[in-house]
Amino acid sequence: MANDYIIGDMVELSEFPQLAVKYNVQGVPKIIINEENSLVGSITEMEFAQAVLKAIGK
Amino acid sequence: MGIISEKDREQLVKTLKPLANNVRIITFTQEFECENCKITRNLIKEVSELSDQISFETHDFVKERDLAKNYGVDKIPATILLGDRDYGIRFFGVPAGYEFTTFIEDILLISRRDSGLPKEVLTELSKVDQPVHIQVMISPT
Repeated sequence: MANDYIIGDMVELSEFPQLAVKYNVQGVPKIIINEENSLVGSITEMEFAQAVLKAIGK
Repeated sequence: MGIISEKDREQLVKTLKPLANNVRIITFTQEFECENCKITRNLIKEVSELSDQISFETHDFVKERDLAKNYGVDKIPATILLGDRDYGIRFFGVPAGYEFTTFIEDILLISRRDSGLPKEVLTELSKVDQPVHIQVMISPT
């Protein structure tokens, strides 16, 4: 909601187990940003925003 | 007999009462419906009936392939929450259990047209100038 460039999906892994394999999910919540960057566990909103910026090289 | 219990229904009606603005919900399913697609469609329909300000429509993932693609829907069941525009919020799978709470909270945020994030976080996010696809992988609790 904060930026129109950002799309956020919630993915229920029990219904899409192939994605758990694809992204090597061993713990949840696991966050994947633009396919290649990942974060596991709970983080603050600011840490998350910074991870998003890092993913696009900022 | 609905999916949402009578007790939960009463609570939800109270929670959703002060909707600031209309919320539109779209669910993608298909003609030959998977079990979870059916559950999702029925669940969202029940949620939409809790408030006059929530509209609900279903689309066919197979027959409306282009529309699905426009919304970035590559698997079903998929549920999209919209306000006056697309805020980029999608749920893949049944938004049940703990996710149901998130789902209801998202309806409230969209109705307010406000993410509720602190100002400094919004400042950071305003720097995003190219598409970002975030996938939060969760499992039922």
